[in-house]
Amino acid sequence: MKLYLTKSDCAMTNAVALDDMFLTKAMPTTAGSKMLDGYMSLFDAEVVTKLTEAGYEIAGKANVGEMAVDLLGETSYEGAVTDDNGTLLSASAEIAKEAKAVLCFDVNGAPRRAAAVSDLIFVKPTYGTVSRFGTVSSACSGETVGVMAKTVADAKAVLTAIAGHDDKDGTSLSDSQCEKILTTEKAVKKVAIAKSITASADDSVKADIEAAKKILSDNGVEVAEIDDEILTKAKAAWNILMSAELCNNVSRFDGVKYGYRSENYTTIEELYTNSRTEAFGELLKTMIIYGSDVLSTDNYMSFYDKAMRIRRVIAEKFAEIFAEYDAVMLPASSKKAFTKADTDANMYLAFDENLYTAPATITGLPAVVGGGVQLIGKAFSDSALMDAVKTIKEGK
Amino acid sequence: MKKYETVIGLEVHIELATKSKIFCSCSAEFGGEQNDHVCPACCGMPGMLPVTNKRVVDLGMTAGMMLNCEINRTTTFDKKNYYYPDLPCSYQTTQWFAPICVNGKVRIQTSKGEKDIRIKQIHMEEDAGKLVHDDWTDTSLVDYNRTSVPLIEIVSQPDFSSAEEVVAYLERLRSLLRFAKVSQCRMEQGSMRCDVNLSIREEGETKLGVRTEMKNMNSISAITRAIEYEVARHIDALENGTEELVQETRRWDDVKGKSYAMRSKETAGDYRYFPDPNVMPIVIDDEWFDSIKASLPEFPEVKKARFIDELGLSEYDADLITQSRAFCDCFEAAYKECGEAKEVANWLISDCMNMLNKKGSTMDQLKVDGTALGKLIKLVMESKVTRGNAKKILLVMDEETIDPEKYATENNFIVSNDTANIEKVIKEIVAADPKSVADYKGGKEKALMALFGKCMKTLKGNCDPQVLRKILLEEIDKA
Repeated sequence: MKLYLTKSDCAMTNAVALDDMFLTKAMPTTAGSKMLDGYMSLFDAEVVTKLTEAGYEIAGKANVGEMAVDLLGETSYEGAVTDDNGTLLSASAEIAKEAKAVLCFDVNGAPRRAAAVSDLIFVKPTYGTVSRFGTVSSACSGETVGVMAKTVADAKAVLTAIAGHDDKDGTSLSDSQCEKILTTEKAVKKVAIAKSITASADDSVKADIEAAKKILSDNGVEVAEIDDEILTKAKAAWNILMSAELCNNVSRFDGVKYGYRSENYTTIEELYTNSRTEAFGELLKTMIIYGSDVLSTDNYMSFYDKAMRIRRVIAEKFAEIFAEYDAVMLPASSKKAFTKADTDANMYLAFDENLYTAPATITGLPAVVGGGVQLIGKAFSDSALMDAVKTIKEGK
Repeated sequence: MKKYETVIGLEVHIELATKSKIFCSCSAEFGGEQNDHVCPACCGMPGMLPVTNKRVVDLGMTAGMMLNCEINRTTTFDKKNYYYPDLPCSYQTTQWFAPICVNGKVRIQTSKGEKDIRIKQIHMEEDAGKLVHDDWTDTSLVDYNRTSVPLIEIVSQPDFSSAEEVVAYLERLRSLLRFAKVSQCRMEQGSMRCDVNLSIREEGETKLGVRTEMKNMNSISAITRAIEYEVARHIDALENGTEELVQETRRWDDVKGKSYAMRSKETAGDYRYFPDPNVMPIVIDDEWFDSIKASLPEFPEVKKARFIDELGLSEYDADLITQSRAFCDCFEAAYKECGEAKEVANWLISDCMNMLNKKGSTMDQLKVDGTALGKLIKLVMESKVTRGNAKKILLVMDEETIDPEKYATENNFIVSNDTANIEKVIKEIVAADPKSVADYKGGKEKALMALFGKCMKTLKGNCDPQVLRKILLEEIDKA
């Protein structure tokens, strides 16, 4: 397992690790890409500064899939992490088992999936409550800094240290708004299960939802199934928006200023093309082509614009659900384990698994994974979701 | 030969006079050492997020109001994608879907009379860097100082039919935007740049002809030459079939006096515009809108008319002063202080202009404080400081902020009323120079001037010339 840190680094009680999407002055930052092999940032990510100020030790970095858009980190240029049976392991999750917490950049749901398959907690807070300054931009309208940990208490403690307004991030919310995610204003009393999304998962995953339903009911929480047809459209919409934004964000990696530069070029076009062809992985290249296509003059209205409309419809659907319910329960992935063979056979698996993660990503709503389920709540209800997941986990 | 008419539309880029860049806090100043005004954000390094400079929106709105535009109360930024080494992020943040201003108009005056040119839109965007080619080593180096310097692009409708109209429009834009302190609009420094879209059609024809776009013109005279060349080229192609006209972008070479094809429509890239998710939509509320509205200056021609009608300036003086906002501001403050419009105008037009010319500065670079100038003029009018010494004080006033009276006192520039001392000095000089006295008495006027000069020099100029002359003549009589 090739990681930037050893288990002994994590032994300190206040050690927090970072996935490799966070820029650090002290360590290289690669975003899982050969393009940024050995790249040293001139500055620290805002969350790194905040963690240090709060007295946490930065334990080190965990491998991440290239630009954090894959299934479980298998597209990292340093290779996939697996166990002896070929089961895919998330580097962040492996470290989270040892350290107090790992900060992960949730772009395409990978950390939520990792928490689900590794039985850990992952909190994707309300968009705008944690600064993205100093993260390698991937798909900005959905990407969120989140916390992976063994317990809800640890995740919440670290989230407390990193949440807050940052002038250096134009999408950052005010301090008073950010603070709301840390206190439970209204406990989760009524939960809606996303019917068709849950039904599409493996039996073992469905069993977890059933178990959670029972625990919640035993604790006096009302649980009901709802029609989630519209929410299933988040997957396609986010795949479009993510590819477009990703294609744009990685366009700065052109071999001119820093990062990988091909040795084979005579013209500037060759410098661009060969550097990017040689340094980017297959999944990223596919997404760049797809992203360029959906933004092209011919396709903009029928793809990108339509995806943005779907995003709004989904946000409206959630608002309608939250008028009655406090949270939506659904799985974070279709399976409880993925193998290297799965992603070798279908490198776009993450695009399919987006069925479970895209609804919260595309709307910027908070999502908490733990105890075999994912809970999505309305903006700023993060703390209430964490409480509910804690109840589920403890009830198992 | 058939009769043809020219159809021209302009895209004018103006660098905004902000202190810092559009999305980071780097200096937006022109010049500096290469790559001096840069940070990780404007160099395109990962991890930086754009934070909009509010001043850019202020100036964008100001420009729109000066050009009679409607202001979009919700305005957004978009990303325009293309690869070029001077564009560090490989995208330019600009406004595509909801530009800050739309539907304006500018009235121009030409030899054929008045005409309104319609403005389609004004959008805010960031500038690109600059490539420096080194022919010796056959390499290109990139300077990011200009990257992310804020610009507005003013897009006109195709309402121009001659180079004269284009020039009148550009001069009008320059005057209005300088007046509103939106930009220095200095073409030679690139803070005003112009792309010309031009086509030719037969008179009476309603369909537009094949359009070419010309870039790279850095002076108004170059624009005139480029338009004249391009019109001739188009007509030649239509009349004589010298070449087939295609829709393309052309570069103007002012030295050779020719335009060259850069790229055709077929090879033009698809910019793949989309809304920038990192820049929140900007909502202009009534308070913000009204504060900008209230800050707008009087239009130059309104000021000019007022200076003539109310303050009695000559057409010439009023015209000259209203060429520059700095001159107007200085004039009005000085007039308020001393109440002598004509006198202030004289000081500005002769003394201040001379001073700026010697420095090689433009009118807008006048730093003299108007109130201080008014005080200085009062000192001269009250005969407390001679005009000669006041000119010396004026030079200091363009360098630093001073109170003229205090400065004059501290530096012995106050006219002395001590007649006893003046008489003493004159007596000594007259006694020491009997030859000049005799010469004057013999009819040589020049001799008097020599004596006068000597007295004035000894008195360091701090003497009312009339008083000096009177006493000197008395003393000569006595001698």
